[in-house]
Amino acid sequence: MNNGILIGQYVPSDSFIHRLDPRTKIMTIFFFVIFVFFANSTLSYAWLTLFALTVTFATKIRFIFILKGLTPVWFLIVFTFLLHLFVTKEGTVLIEAFALKIYSGAIIQGVAISFRFFLLILVTSLLTLTTTPIEITDAIESLLHPLKKIKFPVHELALMMSISLRFIPTLMQETEKISKAQASRGVDFRTGPLKDRIQAVVPLLVPLFVSAFKRAEELAMAMEARGYQGGEGRTKLRELKMETIDIISLITFAVVILVLFFLRT
Amino acid sequence: MSRAYIEFRNVFFRYSEDQPWVLKDVSFRIFSDQWVAIIGHNGSGKSTIAKLINGLLTPEKGEIIVDGLPVNEDTIWEIRRKVGMVFQNPDNQFVGTTVRDDVAFGLENRGVERREMIRRIDESLKAVAMADYRLQEPHRLSGGQKQRVAIAGVLAISPQVIILDEATAMLDPKGRKEIMDTVNELRTQERISLVTITHDLNEITQADQVIVMNQGEVYLEATPREVFLEETLLQTIGLDVPFVAKLANELNKDGNIISKQPLNQEELLEELWTYHSIK
Ligand SMILES: Nc1ncnc2c1ncn2[C@@H]1O[C@H](COP(=O)(O)OP(=O)(O)O)[C@@H](O)[C@H]1O
Ligand SMILES: [Mg+2]
Repeated sequence: MNNGILIGQYVPSDSFIHRLDPRTKIMTIFFFVIFVFFANSTLSYAWLTLFALTVTFATKIRFIFILKGLTPVWFLIVFTFLLHLFVTKEGTVLIEAFALKIYSGAIIQGVAISFRFFLLILVTSLLTLTTTPIEITDAIESLLHPLKKIKFPVHELALMMSISLRFIPTLMQETEKISKAQASRGVDFRTGPLKDRIQAVVPLLVPLFVSAFKRAEELAMAMEARGYQGGEGRTKLRELKMETIDIISLITFAVVILVLFFLRT
Repeated sequence: MSRAYIEFRNVFFRYSEDQPWVLKDVSFRIFSDQWVAIIGHNGSGKSTIAKLINGLLTPEKGEIIVDGLPVNEDTIWEIRRKVGMVFQNPDNQFVGTTVRDDVAFGLENRGVERREMIRRIDESLKAVAMADYRLQEPHRLSGGQKQRVAIAGVLAISPQVIILDEATAMLDPKGRKEIMDTVNELRTQERISLVTITHDLNEITQADQVIVMNQGEVYLEATPREVFLEETLLQTIGLDVPFVAKLANELNKDGNIISKQPLNQEELLEELWTYHSIK
């Protein structure tokens, strides 16, 4: 798919990042997201950037490609910057125009916050770029496993996610089919006043919902017929395995975080 | 020798109380190691019968017995382990995100150990000629390919009865024959029963027994040969006998040319040839 939106899109490659256990990646990213907020000096930011860029480089996915994929979030990053620029009132006044005063502290604050934001998005997008959705599902099921003790429906959640993954493309195909069928009857979704366009979507949504419910009912029946009785006593075909490389990666990351605390001011 | 594996005793069923009966006083027996074809026009209640067998639906009156167990709340899970069922729509029974994961689903539910699981998946995908598609996603498969995967899913769990509800409808004739030969071979090897549901009389020729359904009732229970003799009767309930049977019936209108109702072209040829040589 070449619509430029890479968020949530897997790019196959043979890098070691791709081959890491998805739990390793999720844990690393989880803690990275937390520790980004501990960065408070230029040096600590530089250190985290170095880490993020090294990982990005190691994925063997072209950097330009990743940046382009982040296009939709550039807007948010710039917005964050502008917000801080106008709201923060620290340091000396640098520019004064009309009723606006821009402080030196605002620029520093704006750059820091939006840069933090950029790092967060870059690193989280690396997860979905290097990990298939089903691997992420398996990892979530495994990581949330302890919550079973408090009756949290971990298995059901994971099953729901994997069935959604299974049916999203099917429903997309169906949407396309129905919209073509409606278009051939002269329904126009793309031009005209908004009100007309919204009205044109109704004959698209109704059959789509009807069919989705029918599918759900049949699927539930087929699952029962195939012996599905909940997570109890089930074995799994897809297996997650922590290898040496996962341990090494986690240790490396721990060191990166330790160093970060030395670089803080 | 063989015993009644599935038995329906005066079964009545309707989808809700304000709707008409979908099955009316249905009784029949299916023996282990038998191939039984259930045939009837659309809406005659065939799929409903299939769903009653493994307790996806419950009869309002009457009794259903599978492998000596009456089908009820307490026995359905045990029965579902023995019954491998493939439904009409291959898309809505595909649970896994890939072919391999889908075939695994039934095995995972049965708690089959992982290594054994992989072996059985490979084996059954080979049997339906889908081994090359192991990692393919369902939306990239054709209807026929999804039906092959669904059948592989049933083969993998090695059930005691296989029920195919119009499960090969999307395959071309050659593919259908290959798959049915594979399933039938398994049936004779493992001595299991096979129930095929269809509305096409061309697909019943290899069955041992045929149950003809009409508007929720058992209309006729006979061998394929006997069924083909009832051309006019079948036509009144909207079923068309195959060309070979038609031709044989037509020939017999002018005297007894065909002594044994042929099931396929070879048999018809044989009949014609022997008739000629007797003369
Ligand atoms: N889920 C359902 N709810 C209500 N009626 C149904 C349902 N499924 C099937 N029926 C009705 O039951 C009858 C028998 O259906 P079915 O067993 O699917 O027939 P067949 O498989 O022979 O085509 C039909 O009249 C059909 O409309
Ligand atoms: Mg049916």
